[in-house]
Amino acid sequence: MLYREAGDFKTTYAEDSQTFPIKFDRWRYWAVLAIAWLVIPFFVNDYWANAILVPFLIYSIAAIGLNILTGYCGQVSLGTGGFMAVGAYAVYKLMTAFPDVSILIHVVLAGLITAVVGAAFGLPSLRIKGFYLAVATLAAQFFLVWLFNKVPWFYNYSASGQISAPERFVGGIAVTGAETAPWAQYLICLAFVTICAVMARNLTRGSLGRQWMAIRDMDIAAEIIGVDPLRAKLTAFAASSFFIGIAGALFFAVYLGAVEVGEAFGIQKSFLVLFMCIIGGLGSIFGSFAGAAFLVLLPVALKVLGVDILGWPSSTVAHLQLVAVGGLIMFFLIKEPHGLAQLWRVTKEKLRLWPFPY
Amino acid sequence: MKDSGAPYVTADGRQIGKVLMDMRGITLRFGGVEAIKDISFDIREGEIRAMIGPNGAGKSSMLNVISGFYHPQEGEVWFRGEKRPPMKPFQVARLGIARTFQNIALFDGMSVLDNIMTGRLTHMKTGLLAQMVWKGPAEREEVENRAVVERIIDFLEIQAIRKTPVGRLPYGLKKRVELARALAAEPKLLLLDEPMAGMNVEEKEDMSRFILDVNDEFGTTIALIEHDMGVVMDLSDRVVVMDYGRKIGDGTPHEVRNNQEVIDAYLGVAHD
Repeated sequence: MLYREAGDFKTTYAEDSQTFPIKFDRWRYWAVLAIAWLVIPFFVNDYWANAILVPFLIYSIAAIGLNILTGYCGQVSLGTGGFMAVGAYAVYKLMTAFPDVSILIHVVLAGLITAVVGAAFGLPSLRIKGFYLAVATLAAQFFLVWLFNKVPWFYNYSASGQISAPERFVGGIAVTGAETAPWAQYLICLAFVTICAVMARNLTRGSLGRQWMAIRDMDIAAEIIGVDPLRAKLTAFAASSFFIGIAGALFFAVYLGAVEVGEAFGIQKSFLVLFMCIIGGLGSIFGSFAGAAFLVLLPVALKVLGVDILGWPSSTVAHLQLVAVGGLIMFFLIKEPHGLAQLWRVTKEKLRLWPFPY
Repeated sequence: MKDSGAPYVTADGRQIGKVLMDMRGITLRFGGVEAIKDISFDIREGEIRAMIGPNGAGKSSMLNVISGFYHPQEGEVWFRGEKRPPMKPFQVARLGIARTFQNIALFDGMSVLDNIMTGRLTHMKTGLLAQMVWKGPAEREEVENRAVVERIIDFLEIQAIRKTPVGRLPYGLKKRVELARALAAEPKLLLLDEPMAGMNVEEKEDMSRFILDVNDEFGTTIALIEHDMGVVMDLSDRVVVMDYGRKIGDGTPHEVRNNQEVIDAYLGVAHD
């Protein structure tokens, strides 16, 4: 009954084109933000932060990034892991080279560096499409991981070949390093998620977003209305990589603390983020969150159910998890190619009318 | 009517201006096939120019030459008194040439409103950073362009389907939305590739009315390809007739209708 636009009159175009046109949605959005910012930080403990919240937030940024490229602009990419690695190594080099500069600036710079790298690897998209482009981005994935393994400069010639994040502070509070409090980890990730999500939403609803979607839906028609395919695709690659780079930087500096590139940013990571986009919903910012939440929560939920409740061996549960993810992806591809976001939209459509049939 | 190139006024009082687009000796080959053979014609400001001809005559190819998809091996394209260098389609669009397609080419994943807003892209200039921030220039630009789009939505009477995803619309409305998208660009020259293909009589009447209104109210120059002779003869000021890549007739509907070669090739004669 709450959920309808009846009586919610829009008198300006700006009001009509806002992100949440329905009043109830707006309230819910502010409520979620308020809970995320004002309630959760006081209750978060080490387990919740490390097992669920921090990975969820970081993967959300990565999924938003990939969704811009694949969901909005229609360019399939399997290079997400590689681009996250660029963000991680960029922030590592920046942190060690300029220890006095704020980590916040380093993370943003890491995003920008990744954007440049991403745009460079996006160049083949002008000539090739679909599967072939996916293979080209796969090359980026392998090349970048190889590069960070092979060139010692990137890991500051450390003996193990790993990079590990030195301790850094924001306003006197440690956000990286071993001493970081869970709520500090959570809040720095939340800050980046909030800003990234708003920026991504603004990008996708404006003229640039329409250019991307035009390229996705029909590139010939896009050209005829004046979309420069070169510019549109490269900006999509750059914007996408910017977010993925930030995600990679946070993943390394805030979440893991120490990283071996092949392990943390391998091809599995690319697939994981792609699955998040597909399950969550291609072409939807909400879907990026939903997909990230789903794939972060699924292993935790399965583990709680299998190991803690049913008492199965953890290896069985780990295998079951692979089966479940695979099955779910097939299920979504067949039943709901637009993912959780579409389920959500359909629910909303129904809610608008409820309890009346039409 | 012999074409002197000077502006004139039609019988029903419409101003026909200078030559807007001049195709000079266009020849287009695909391998050994000559799709267009040495065709010259012009399109003048404010007129409705029709291209007719049997299937495979090269009409769509000619439209594709104008909009930059094909690059002719020979010949020159002059637009607004200047020779146009070879251009990509998006550059042509920025010159102020918009078009619709024979098979509807809308963006199925987007709403009607978003589809028409894409037509405004050539008028939207804010950069990536301004759009990330949204408040300020990006929002202002969005609202200004939305106002233009809403005028076109009113004009084409599609207010009710504004927020509907294009994929859900019936054929006739899709055609209208495509016209709206082309109009949103406020083009100097509007190319319509079979705007009435596959429509019933009522839809054709609606579309004809919209084409005349567009020409009348916005003063848009229109070049169209159409197979329905009744429509062509009623709407257009001048007609180019093509057959097997050659131009076989050019003039007012009346002249074309009485041209023996055109009658033989296209309009049909009793064979004896």
